[in-house]
Amino acid sequence: MTHVLVCIKRVPDLGGEIRLTDDGMSVDDSSLGHTVSPHEECAVELAIQVAKDTGGQATVLTVGSSDAVEQLRNALALGCTGAVLVEADASAYGPADVATVIADVVRSHEAAGTSYDLVLLGNDASDTGDFQVGVRLSYLLDRPVVAGVSTLAVEGDTVVAQASSPDGGTEVYEVPLPAVLTVMEGGIEPRYPSIPGRMKAKKIVIDEVVPAHEPSGSGRVRLKLPPAQPSQVTVLGEGPEAAAAVVDLFEKLGVTR
Amino acid sequence: MILVLVETDDGGASEVSRETLTFVRRLGDDVHALVVGDGPAGLVGQLGEFGVTRVLHADGDAFTSYAAAAWAAAVVAAARDASAVVAAGTSRGNEVMAHVACRLGVSMAANVVAVESAEPLVVSRQVLGGSALEEMALPEAVAVLTVAGHACDPQAAEAPTTPEVQPLDVAISEQDLRARVVRTEPGEPDESGSLKSARVVVGAGRGAGSADGFKDLLELTELLDASLGVSRVVTSLGWRPHHEQVGQTGSRVSPDLYVACGISGAIQHWAGMSSSKTILAINTDADAPMVTKAHYAVIGDLHEVVPAINEELRRRSSR
Repeated sequence: MTHVLVCIKRVPDLGGEIRLTDDGMSVDDSSLGHTVSPHEECAVELAIQVAKDTGGQATVLTVGSSDAVEQLRNALALGCTGAVLVEADASAYGPADVATVIADVVRSHEAAGTSYDLVLLGNDASDTGDFQVGVRLSYLLDRPVVAGVSTLAVEGDTVVAQASSPDGGTEVYEVPLPAVLTVMEGGIEPRYPSIPGRMKAKKIVIDEVVPAHEPSGSGRVRLKLPPAQPSQVTVLGEGPEAAAAVVDLFEKLGVTR
Repeated sequence: MILVLVETDDGGASEVSRETLTFVRRLGDDVHALVVGDGPAGLVGQLGEFGVTRVLHADGDAFTSYAAAAWAAAVVAAARDASAVVAAGTSRGNEVMAHVACRLGVSMAANVVAVESAEPLVVSRQVLGGSALEEMALPEAVAVLTVAGHACDPQAAEAPTTPEVQPLDVAISEQDLRARVVRTEPGEPDESGSLKSARVVVGAGRGAGSADGFKDLLELTELLDASLGVSRVVTSLGWRPHHEQVGQTGSRVSPDLYVACGISGAIQHWAGMSSSKTILAINTDADAPMVTKAHYAVIGDLHEVVPAINEELRRRSSR
């Protein structure tokens, strides 16, 4: 019976263009939908699989505003069995702050009788790209950590996980539980929610936590976008008639065989 | 002193590590390099060409297979007088530096592309998959950071050095080896490795239409000796395998030519190929972001345009 805590982050669903808020401190997401990163979608899928395979629980957690309930409900609809909202202004939190409040939840649930054998996170948040919350959490909990795993399986008191190696192969880890793993997209296909899953998810009570931690922040001075470039595109033509111009270009670039 | 964790491949210091060694010269301090495990022949000479004055070498049983915490212990042991500890913004680099930041009790800046001010240290780094930058302050006595791939071109130093090589004593605890690679399995011969190093990448997006819509695109890759790269839509619909994905959560590529076929140009895909030297977009929509940002474009359906290009390539090669 493996209990898994999987951590997700509500982020704006960006299309082809980004706008910043007037103070330059964040992305203007007022006209955007929200989602979680592909890495986290895979982490949720792995958490649900492990919990199902072992008869354990998959609890989903996020640190953010009450709007993030949307992302928690989605994870519940997929098969997570419990949800925790650590209510906080995520923009005031740096990666060390996020790790600290997650560690506090892990410890308080442990004191209340639920120990998480596995904590899963995304390899990096798709907005802040800090690459460190999972590692920081592992230090706070004194647990082993592997970053960037794409598949995993629990075997007794060990988790066996695969990650890509720098030379394109696969590296295999066997790590004693309890452990922290950060997940990278690519090893599994996340499932889609079912209608019964969505109905069931509505009834689950989300555990709302107000953190005692005073955040130290991320060090952000401001965000900036690359200067908008006027389009410099040269249109070579329309439809199949453009083929000769395209191959002329290939020859000019020296990329033909 | 600035300490750089150097990753190696068969040819010596990896390309991103050479970029990192070039980048840290902007910080204007003596550069020491840390090499973990067996280094390839000629590595020390190469590090000298890049201006490294001292090479610290961590070797022994703890380093025969990769364990991020053990590597971090070596970095911390080598970083005693460092003002900055730097690695390339690779999977390894970001993982090890996160451990180092925890051990030193400081913050970490991932994927830095520029130094905005040296005193106090403010850097610019990639966020949102590289489509925006964040200026971030690193106020602590030792700055921990990784340098984004392609933040600069690798360039030998103006004044090459003959580095002093010094074995590094590292105290490794049992805890440092709890998460360690126990075995490696070779990848499929044609997985993302060839995509990342390809001179030409033929990219395909939703416009391919279906899993059966890649025949002409694959023929174009053959004719140009190119690799196929696809957008996330294509892999999540199951049309092509994930190792072909280009973008924020796939491979980053910077070929001489990227031919974007039926790709609208969402931020997440752009993040993976924007450093291509030349971009040719083939798209039915003249206003798609990929078209307006490209250097060249053909407005049309890839299923009509690509076969015509293939035909023209075959015609010219048989001349």
